[in-house]
Amino acid sequence: MFTPRSPALTRYQWRVGLASIAYVAIIFAVGWLFRHHPPAGVLRYPVAALPALPIIAVFAALGRYLVDEGDEYQRMMMVRQVLWGTGGAMALCTIWGFVETYAALPHLPLYFAAVIWFGCFGIAGCARWIDR
Amino acid sequence: MKNRLKVLRAERGWSQIDLAERLGVSRQSVNAIETGKYDPSLPLAFRIARLFEAPIEAIFTDETESH
Repeated sequence: MFTPRSPALTRYQWRVGLASIAYVAIIFAVGWLFRHHPPAGVLRYPVAALPALPIIAVFAALGRYLVDEGDEYQRMMMVRQVLWGTGGAMALCTIWGFVETYAALPHLPLYFAAVIWFGCFGIAGCARWIDR
Repeated sequence: MKNRLKVLRAERGWSQIDLAERLGVSRQSVNAIETGKYDPSLPLAFRIARLFEAPIEAIFTDETESH
């Protein structure tokens, strides 16, 4: 049995969906550009940073959701999920960093912090769904 | 914090969804409050009290109260 979906959650999911589509389009476009027509000079820095924009948009959408959500329990559960995501990502990145330094694990690009965060956030979301 | 939400809801023959719609919250919120997993904020507690036409302390009981 379901209650109607919260409008704030619907808006959040739309924003995340659009940001994901934008991410796929931008990552392919930037990859193609750097392979075939690499931008020269200082221009290469902002162009290389373009794929980060949709990921930042997802974090912004999450913040907007927390402001918009009128259901205090759902808001608290999302805050808890964010904290699990953040704590998990910070812990894994810290462990990886030390093992990389002392035991020669391969170097991970820094943007993997976001990837790991999404992984931990997703696992916390699954746990939340199971525990409903 | 203990509460009589489930009893009051049952007296009126409402499902959790019915109560959630009347309060403007999700069914999960009603379930979390009923099972004691979540204590509502003061504004939501007042909304619940108004809906059941009862004082807040007739619905919610502070378990740490020492009298």
